Amino acid sequence: MTMELPDSLSLTPSRDDVRASAVRGDPRTEPKAIRIAIIATAVTFLSVFIMLPLVVVFAQAFSRGIGAYVAALSNPEALAAIRLTLMIAAISVTLNLVFGLVAAWAIAKFEFRGKTFLVSLVDLPFSVSPVISGLVFVLLFGAQGFFGPWLASHNIRLLFAVPGMTLATLFVTFPFVVRALIPLMQEQGTQEEEAAISLGASGLQTFFRVTLPNIKWGVLYGVLLCNARAMGEFGAVSVVSGHIRGETNTMPLLVEILYNEYQFVASFAIASLLAMLALITLVAKTVLERHLDEGKTSHDH
Amino acid sequence: MSATAIRRSTLPGFGLTMGLTLTWLSVIVLIPLAGLFIRSFELSPEQFWGILTSRRTLNALRVSFGLAFAAACVNLVMGTVIVWALVRYRFPGRRLFDAIVDIPFALPTAVAGIALSALFAEKGFLGAPLAALGVKVAFTPIGIFIAMIFIGLPFVVRTVQPVLIDLDPEIEEAAVSLGASRWHIVSRVILPSLTPALLTGLALAFARAVGEYGSVVFIAGNLPNVSEIAPLLIVIRLSEFRYADATAIAVVMLIAAFLVIFAVNRLQRWAQTRVPTL
Amino acid sequence: MTIEVRNLVKRFGVFAALDGVNLRVADGELLALLGPSGSGKTTLLRIIAGLDWPDSGEVFFDGEDALLRGAGERHVGFVFQHYALFRHMTVFENVAFGLRVQPRAIRKSETAIRARVKELLDLVQLDWLAGRYPSQLSGGQRQRIALARALAIEPRILLLDEPFGALDAKVRKELRHWLRSLHREINVTSIFVTHDQEEALEVANRVVVMDKGRIEQVGTPTEVYDSPASAFVHGFIGESIELPVQVTDGSVELDGNKLALSAEGVSPGASRLFVRRHDMQIGPADAGALRGEIMQVRSFGPVQRAEVVLSQGKTVIEIDAPRDRDLRAGEIVGLNPRRYRIFGA
Repeated sequence: MTMELPDSLSLTPSRDDVRASAVRGDPRTEPKAIRIAIIATAVTFLSVFIMLPLVVVFAQAFSRGIGAYVAALSNPEALAAIRLTLMIAAISVTLNLVFGLVAAWAIAKFEFRGKTFLVSLVDLPFSVSPVISGLVFVLLFGAQGFFGPWLASHNIRLLFAVPGMTLATLFVTFPFVVRALIPLMQEQGTQEEEAAISLGASGLQTFFRVTLPNIKWGVLYGVLLCNARAMGEFGAVSVVSGHIRGETNTMPLLVEILYNEYQFVASFAIASLLAMLALITLVAKTVLERHLDEGKTSHDH
Repeated sequence: MSATAIRRSTLPGFGLTMGLTLTWLSVIVLIPLAGLFIRSFELSPEQFWGILTSRRTLNALRVSFGLAFAAACVNLVMGTVIVWALVRYRFPGRRLFDAIVDIPFALPTAVAGIALSALFAEKGFLGAPLAALGVKVAFTPIGIFIAMIFIGLPFVVRTVQPVLIDLDPEIEEAAVSLGASRWHIVSRVILPSLTPALLTGLALAFARAVGEYGSVVFIAGNLPNVSEIAPLLIVIRLSEFRYADATAIAVVMLIAAFLVIFAVNRLQRWAQTRVPTL
Repeated sequence: MTIEVRNLVKRFGVFAALDGVNLRVADGELLALLGPSGSGKTTLLRIIAGLDWPDSGEVFFDGEDALLRGAGERHVGFVFQHYALFRHMTVFENVAFGLRVQPRAIRKSETAIRARVKELLDLVQLDWLAGRYPSQLSGGQRQRIALARALAIEPRILLLDEPFGALDAKVRKELRHWLRSLHREINVTSIFVTHDQEEALEVANRVVVMDKGRIEQVGTPTEVYDSPASAFVHGFIGESIELPVQVTDGSVELDGNKLALSAEGVSPGASRLFVRRHDMQIGPADAGALRGEIMQVRSFGPVQRAEVVLSQGKTVIEIDAPRDRDLRAGEIVGLNPRRYRIFGA
C-alpha cells in the first residue's frame, strides 16, 4: 500500500486515514470532534447573524400576504422612490463608468511619479463614513455652506433635491469602476496597445478595438458593484435629501420613513426589492469573478 | 528640428486622460473633502476642543469607537473560525455558506438596519427568546454591537481567506515531520503567518463599524449619551444647523479613518515581507 | 529605406542604455543587433520604431528626421518578442488590423483588405489558420502571424525584437532560414535584435555587436568573426581561449614565460590573448609557442575537445581539434595559434 501524505485540505478522508487519525491523533488535521465543533460554530453563526436578517426581510414583507405586498409596491410614493433610485443610479453609474475608464487608462498604462498617492486618493470615498460623505456636500452647498448664498441668489437648489443626492451618490460610488479595472489593465500590460500603435492605429482606435474587449469583464464587474452601491446608498443620501416625500426619497430613504411610521409591511416590501437586487448582484459577481480569474490564467503571448 | 527634447510616451492620451481624471477626482472627492477641513479650520482650537469634549459628543464617540472595536474583536475570532471551516474543511453547503459571507457587503445598509431591528426587537424572532432570558437587545448598546458585528464580518473573512488558501502545505508537513502536535502547528506555524491578514481584517472591520450609519441607527436606541452613535450625532447637529459641531465630529472621525488606512497599508507591507513572493 | 542614427543617448536613471550610438543601415539590408542583455540593442530598436524616445541624438529615415513622428506615423513594422497578438481577434482580424484602422481617405476597400490578408497569410504559409484565435496557435505559428500583421501595412522598415527567443531550438532554426528567404523575397530594410550569435551570423547581412550601450563593431558575419575589433567582440562571438599576458616592447609573456608571438601594435602592459578554440594547432612538444599536457579528450560532435594544462602558468584551456587527429591523455604537446589577437586590457 503506498503511503501518501494527504494534504491538509483533505476531502472526506479514506478509511485508513480515519483510523489513523483516531488512533494516533493525526497532526495533519484537527481531531474530528474539533472539526465538527468548528464547522458547527461557523454554520450557526452565519445562519443566525447573516442568513436570518435576510430571511426576516422577506418574511415581514409577505407577512400580510401577497396582496398587501403588491399594494405596498404599487403605492405612488413607492413608485416615485423606485424611479428616483433608478435615475440616480443610472446617472452615477454612467458618469463613474466613463471617468473610471479614463482614470484606469491614465493610471494603468503609464508610469509616473505619485501613482500610489493618486490611487489612494481614488480610494478615499471608501474610507469615509456615509454620513460624512453627505455632510461635505451640505457644507458646500447648504444654506450656510460655501456656495450656499451664491446658489440661493441664482435660485438653484442642489441640496434637498435630486442634484445634491446625485452628487453624494457619485462621491460614494466613485472608486468602484477604477478599482476593478486597474489591476486587470496593469496585468494585461501595454504590448497589445503598442502593437496597435505601431500598426498605425490612433489612440481612440486602440482603446476601443484593443483595450476595451480585453477588459470587458472587469468593466461589467465594476459597473455591477457601482450600481449596487448607488441604489442602496442610505447615509450620504439621507443627509442631503431633506426627506421630502414623493420628491426626494430614494428606496432606502422610503424604507426608513415607512419603518419609523410603523408601516412595516410596506417598509419591508421595498426593502425586499433591494434585498433581491443584493442577491442578484452577489450571483452576478461570482460569475464575473470566475471570468476574471480565467482571463488571468490563460495568458496569451 | 528634431524632437528629441520632448519626452513622449508610446501610448497616446496621457495628458488628456490624466487631466480629466484629476478634474473629476477634484470635483467629486477632493473639493468636498477640502471644504470639510477648511470649515474645521474656521473653528479656533478652543472651540474645537470644547465641541469634542462636550458630554454628548464624548459619549457618542465612546459608543461608536468602543463598540466598533469590541465588534471587530468578535469578528476577528468568529471570522477566523468561519474562514478556517470554509477553507480547510468540506461539508455540505460549504459553497452556499461561502457566498453568504458577502451578504453584509452587498445588502443596502437600511435594509440590514430594519432587518436586524425587527429580528432583535422584543417580539422579534431572536429578540423574544433573548428577552425571556432577560437580555434586551434592541434599542440598547447591545443592539449597536450586534449590528456592527453583522457588517464587519466579511472584512475579516475575505481578508484572511486568500492568505489561508495560499498557505504552503509543505510548511505544515515539515512541522509534522519535526514532531509538532496539531495544536502547535496551528498556534505556532499557521496562525502567526496569518497575523498580518488578521490584523488587517480587524482594522477594516473596525473602520467600517465606526462610520456605519444605516445598519446601526434602527436597532440603536439613539438615546443621547447612552446609545447614540457619532454619525447620528452629526446628522442631528446638521438638522440643528450647528454646522460647526457636525464638522468637528466629522473631522475627528475622518482622522481616525485615515489613521486606520495608514495602519492597514503598513500591515500589508509587513505581510509582504513575511510571505515570499514567487 | 535607409536609416541613420546619430549620437543616440538614452538613460534610465543613472543607467545608460545607449551611450552615444552611431549607425547607418543600407536600403534592403538585413541587419542584426547582437549583444548580451543590457547592451542596449532592444532600446535602440524601440527608439527606431518610435516606441521609446532618446534623451538626445537623431534618427533619420532616408534623410528625413524620424523623431518628428510617433510610432504610428513612421510606417514601421514591429514584431514583438512575445508576439503581442490581439487575443480577442482571430488570426485574420489580427493581420487585417493595420489596414482597417487607416484613415478613411487612404483605407482600402474591404475586398482589397481581404485579398491582401490572404496574400500575406499565403506568404507565411498559414492561410489555413485564418479563423483561429492566437491561443490556439503554437509559438512558431504565432510568430509568423505577428510578422504577417506587421507586413500588412507595407512598412518601409521591419523591426523584430528577439523574434525567435521564446521558441525551442528546432523551431528556431527553421524560422531562421525562413526569415532569410522571406527577406530575400520582400527585400524590406530589416533589423532584428538577438542575443544568439549563431542566429546573427547565420541570418544577417551585417552584424552590429553591442555592449553596455555602445557599438563595439559593425561588419559582415565573416568580418566580425575573423577580425574582431575588440576583446569583447572576440570573446562574445565564437568560442575563444582567453589568456592574460604581459606585453613588453614587442614581446609577449605568459606568467613570466616568453611566448613566440608577435605583439605588434599593442601598447605595453597587461593584455589579453585571444585564440579561437579551433585555431590552436596541436603539434610536437618542442615546436610550439605554448606547451601543455593533455588532461582529457572528449568527442564532441564533429570535433574532439581536449582539455590541456599549460606548462606556462598551469591554466587549463580547451582546444577543438579534428576527429582524425590522434590525441591521448597524458601526452605533452606544443600549441601554435594559427590566428590570434592581443588586446590591451
